[in-house]
Amino acid sequence: MGWTITEKILGHHVGKEGVKPGEHIFAEVDFMLANDITSPLSINLLNELQNVEFKGINKLTLVADHFTPNKDVRSAENVKLMREFSKKYGVRLYHGGICGVEHCLLPEEGLVLPGDLIIGADSHTCTYGALGAFSTGVGSTDLAAGVITGKVWLRVPETIKIEYRGKPQKWVYGKDIILMTLKELGEETGIYKALEFSGETISYLDMPQRFTICNMAVEGGAKNGIIQPDRTTEEYVSKRAKRNYRFYYSDPDAEYAEIRTYDISKLAPQVALPHSPLNSVSIFDLPKIEIDQVFIGSCTNGWYEDLFIAAKVLKGRKVNENVRLIVAPATYKIYLQALRDGILEVFASAGGVIGPPTCGPCLGGHMGVLASGEKAVSTTNRNFIGRMGHPQSEVYLTNPAVAAASAVLGRIAHPDEVR
Amino acid sequence: MEIKGKAWKVGDHIDTDVIIPAPYLNITEPSKLAEGLFEPIRKNFSKMVKEGDILLAGKNFGCGSSREHAPIAIKASGISCVIAKSFARIFYRNSFNIGLPLIISPSAVDSSEEGDILEVDFERGKIKNITKNLWFSFPPFERFLLEISSEGLINYILKKRDEI
Repeated sequence: MGWTITEKILGHHVGKEGVKPGEHIFAEVDFMLANDITSPLSINLLNELQNVEFKGINKLTLVADHFTPNKDVRSAENVKLMREFSKKYGVRLYHGGICGVEHCLLPEEGLVLPGDLIIGADSHTCTYGALGAFSTGVGSTDLAAGVITGKVWLRVPETIKIEYRGKPQKWVYGKDIILMTLKELGEETGIYKALEFSGETISYLDMPQRFTICNMAVEGGAKNGIIQPDRTTEEYVSKRAKRNYRFYYSDPDAEYAEIRTYDISKLAPQVALPHSPLNSVSIFDLPKIEIDQVFIGSCTNGWYEDLFIAAKVLKGRKVNENVRLIVAPATYKIYLQALRDGILEVFASAGGVIGPPTCGPCLGGHMGVLASGEKAVSTTNRNFIGRMGHPQSEVYLTNPAVAAASAVLGRIAHPDEVR
Repeated sequence: MEIKGKAWKVGDHIDTDVIIPAPYLNITEPSKLAEGLFEPIRKNFSKMVKEGDILLAGKNFGCGSSREHAPIAIKASGISCVIAKSFARIFYRNSFNIGLPLIISPSAVDSSEEGDILEVDFERGKIKNITKNLWFSFPPFERFLLEISSEGLINYILKKRDEI
């Protein structure tokens, strides 16, 4: 029997051709990351140790992106701790202006690459699976253990193969594909599994849409999401890579726990209703829902291409008087490109607020927190109770085109409704 | 290892934003994190909990973010172990890594109510509901999990570091 891409990548990181689901392995890590929420816990653990060699320290990158620009004194102290640690051990740190939402920043900088084994102290670390890497979220203690050993304990997951057929319609994107998939998989199917996204539809998707799909694999309980590399991957990676990389592919006779096939050609834009990302419906099945805020940004949909799509809908239009539109380009490079191309001007002319690259609004951290009873449309990945603010606020997850149309009309709306 | 305490009960799909909401995430001191435990659904929860109490939860407990602040807040509140129908995987790892043992037992959760007194024997894989005089069993932990949860992951790997 052959191996899946996940089994091969994990196998090669323990010096084998492949490893079987259920095996416990202690695998070499290529790259580790932590942010301003998770790294202080890791740093405190590491700072307590004496005479311990940090074998994995050169694989670590820190990104201050959640409560930045520092929202209060505690957050500032945490970033200070990161800066001191970074200086002491020569660890790469992104903060201040040359920064961004970690899961967009690190691929953009060419630091996470195809074939890598990546662990990150952030659940959306699974995003990089879109490059053909094994990438999974861990906690702060696991990360500290990775810094000490350069390795990570893993149980090899079984793989569910998800095959997409057909070309997405206008206004339908990777976000809609993953929301539909999560609803179909339900609460139990994906738990502890590798989700391998495949099929002809993938070839129609640019890298940002592929990142969006893998980003949300964790919402289905999966250990990792992964997409086999192709020409789109090669084109994206070749001009960015800061190290060597390697493409892995699943064998034709690889064994899957399950194979599911979905026709994407008739899929409509999806809206995940409160309070679960698994709770999506077609936009055509929604009653009229008036809203108070729209957020376009995050590691799910803060890419340049997402801003471009939103700007297409918003160009020459005004944000509804009952709505606050907040746009946060995910990284400093995306911000600069959107600035140069006039995209930020479209948002500003429409009456939108343009925020710095930050995770802030997505987790109700800062820069766009909801009051009780308020409803928001958001291009992010979670709509749990109180996720973006007050426990009695509501979050509806959509793609960037629906978010932009909703900002104009003051209710959840299909982009074709904007005239 | 054995523990005994009063049961507290929460429902299905309790995510990490509900366990400890974002405003607490710039805090690292365990006792202060405990103050925010379950704030969106049960304010001041940690004030009601006594050292050794046991938390019962439904399916997929701890889903969502990788924030270790979640198991830290639970442990710091005095909760000695969580019994659930199922757990999200990052939360599962995080809890053992910081010394908060988790048990999967759907029948214990279904048959027990808040306020019941429960007793857990980890080595033998037994839960006793003393109030209702009911017994439940669960597969005993693998030895490395018991070791990790009793001494914490960092001490565990430091001890084993020559082997790895």
